[in-house]
Amino acid sequence: MEWTKRHLLDLEGLSQEEIELILETAKSFKEVSTRDVKKVPALRGKTIVMLFFEPSTRTRTSFELAAKRLSADTINIAAGGTSTTKGESVLDTARNIEAMNVDLIIVRHASSGVPHLLAKNLQASIVNAGDGCRSHPTQALLDMFTIKERFGRIEGLNVGIVGDILHSRVARSNIIGLTKLGANVTVCGPSTLMPRDIETMGVKCSYRLEEVIEQSDCLMLLRLQLERQTQKFLPSIREYAKEFGVNKAKLAKAKKGIVIMHPGPTNRGVELSAEVADGEYSVILDQVTNGVAIRMAVLYLLLGAKEPAVVLA
Amino acid sequence: MGLVIKNAIVVNADKIASKPQDILLDKGKIAKIGGSFDGKSHEVIDAAGKLVFPGLIDMHVHFREPGREDKETIETGSRAAAKGGFTTVLCMPNTTPVIDNCMIVESIIEEARRVGLCNVIPIGAITRGQKDDELVDMFELKRAGCVALSDDGKSVVNSHLMRRAMEYSKMVGLLLIEHCQDPLLSCGGVMNEGINSMRLGLKGDPGVSESVIVGRDIEMAQYLDARVHLAHMSLKRSVELIRFAKSQGIKVTAEACPHHFTLTDDAVKHFDTHAKVNPPLRTKEDIEAIKMALKDGTIDCIVTDHAPHTAEEKELDFDHAPFGMIGLETSVGLTITELVEQRILTWPQMAEKMSQKSAEILGLASKGWIKEGMDADVTIIDPNEAWEVRKDDIASKSQNTPFIGRQLKGKVVTTILAGKVVYSTTPGVITSGVK
Repeated sequence: MEWTKRHLLDLEGLSQEEIELILETAKSFKEVSTRDVKKVPALRGKTIVMLFFEPSTRTRTSFELAAKRLSADTINIAAGGTSTTKGESVLDTARNIEAMNVDLIIVRHASSGVPHLLAKNLQASIVNAGDGCRSHPTQALLDMFTIKERFGRIEGLNVGIVGDILHSRVARSNIIGLTKLGANVTVCGPSTLMPRDIETMGVKCSYRLEEVIEQSDCLMLLRLQLERQTQKFLPSIREYAKEFGVNKAKLAKAKKGIVIMHPGPTNRGVELSAEVADGEYSVILDQVTNGVAIRMAVLYLLLGAKEPAVVLA
Repeated sequence: MGLVIKNAIVVNADKIASKPQDILLDKGKIAKIGGSFDGKSHEVIDAAGKLVFPGLIDMHVHFREPGREDKETIETGSRAAAKGGFTTVLCMPNTTPVIDNCMIVESIIEEARRVGLCNVIPIGAITRGQKDDELVDMFELKRAGCVALSDDGKSVVNSHLMRRAMEYSKMVGLLLIEHCQDPLLSCGGVMNEGINSMRLGLKGDPGVSESVIVGRDIEMAQYLDARVHLAHMSLKRSVELIRFAKSQGIKVTAEACPHHFTLTDDAVKHFDTHAKVNPPLRTKEDIEAIKMALKDGTIDCIVTDHAPHTAEEKELDFDHAPFGMIGLETSVGLTITELVEQRILTWPQMAEKMSQKSAEILGLASKGWIKEGMDADVTIIDPNEAWEVRKDDIASKSQNTPFIGRQLKGKVVTTILAGKVVYSTTPGVITSGVK
């Protein structure tokens, strides 16, 4: 199939075929990062701006490496230090950046819908690197890539997503992506951190981690945002860690070959114990490695590079 | 020299006239209904085929003056009101500074008189500076011209203070209007809490934040035998509580806005900030409940909550864009299209909801009816004219409405204030200046 989209705003807007095309394309690019010379000329002459209104280490670095390995020119704007603090609107900031003839803007913002706002008003391609609690499409894509790498398929797998579902854009994007590709998704977490009507997204909901562990092929743990403690969602971190944290003892009843994932950064001792994070089931570092390949694929497809990825790679 | 409206089919809250009559307006009053008048000694408007309503009253608008004249002024707001068919509006006190003393009340009334396109009655705050801490000087505000008080934009959260406000305002003879929303429950929500907010990753405001205050105020009104008017009801549960309260004889009245009987939170799906409003757009079920409540009288009147904002502000991301939409110029069209055409309201019920009942609630004794001796405030509506809401046609200073492009039926053709035409679509009719 041929790629036709100009933006990557969320996974809701992508068909199953389009998601699979990204995963396939990433496969070809993964090898590039293992070479001595980690660079292909696919996006030579293109300018990519990373406009991050929220702090990020992993995602920003991953995007930047992806762009550089495709030979694009990149600029990093950590928007804490831009005019937004002087009262300029997001759209104004982005319009000014675009006026410098930028081809693609990668944006992260604490407010849901900011990538859509930019896509509606700008000519440049927009990639969503995380907006509010809504969407983090490249994270979900790299998670799916990692699962597929391990199991050879996604369809029919039981995936458990555990933690603060309410505030998680990673959870929302994974729910949408994984269900599109035919996985059975169960979300698990304390009732105060579970959105009402979550079942309407085509998932099952459980408050019992043991039960979810038993049936899952793959367990995706989410970071508990400790700063949200002030909002009375939980009695204590201690209780959360005991009831919803994953440790080796709880994994005793898991299926053989269960895979443990985490989008990072992890709170060790809260959502998972160190022995699990570093243990045999963990694919947390594979996720990070695959992130670069996925982002290369996304940038490559959106900027309409002519040569097939396979030839370049 | 008076003004004669010829061939008027009069619509009052109790009935629609069975045959056309001529009406003489003179010296600011409705002088005579029926009989024939000399066309040479009076100015004449022909209302053949049109409906003649008592001047419409909107008891909930934001005119932003003083403080945010970049969004709206008393002058531009009055133009929008006249164009929308409103002869009396009540402007909410969340201005900068807040309308909480007689100086500001008097200055608004004076400016509105100078403009002369609409009666503008300022609503005073309930608490000084709308700070939920101490009561305003109510006698002073009443003498300056207020008929109602509200901390609109937020609830009086302190229940004890609300109790004192109800007791004191009852003595003074001022209506209390409550914006029902418990801030600890709405907790920064930017849209209705539901399936859409979950999918959009936007913070939801649960409807229960409204209904708990509705319930609290009803209980307090019952206990104190006091009156309370509940602003912009958006929720099925609120409606059910009010219906129950009314059945018990509790002195509660309520209003609803056209957007709350027209749009669901689906309008927010593409992050359209023009659909960001407080209270938020709810669900289909809530819309149906609001409509039924208007029909059976549980909700007394239709208001707009006209809330102008600049284009720059509405261009912000959804979390940061301000709440509110303009409404004065679409209220009649939406009410006719969504309620009258759909056989939810009759024409007399429309006159009741958009004029008579508001006048009654506010104690405006000379308004709300087309009757001899009443004020000569008249709104003439063409019930059949179909039109499209267009940005360029908006008289308000701001254009923040999700209804741009919407097809409506029923249009205001002439607005008459104190016997003078302030707005007319008829070529050749001399008006006071609204295009």
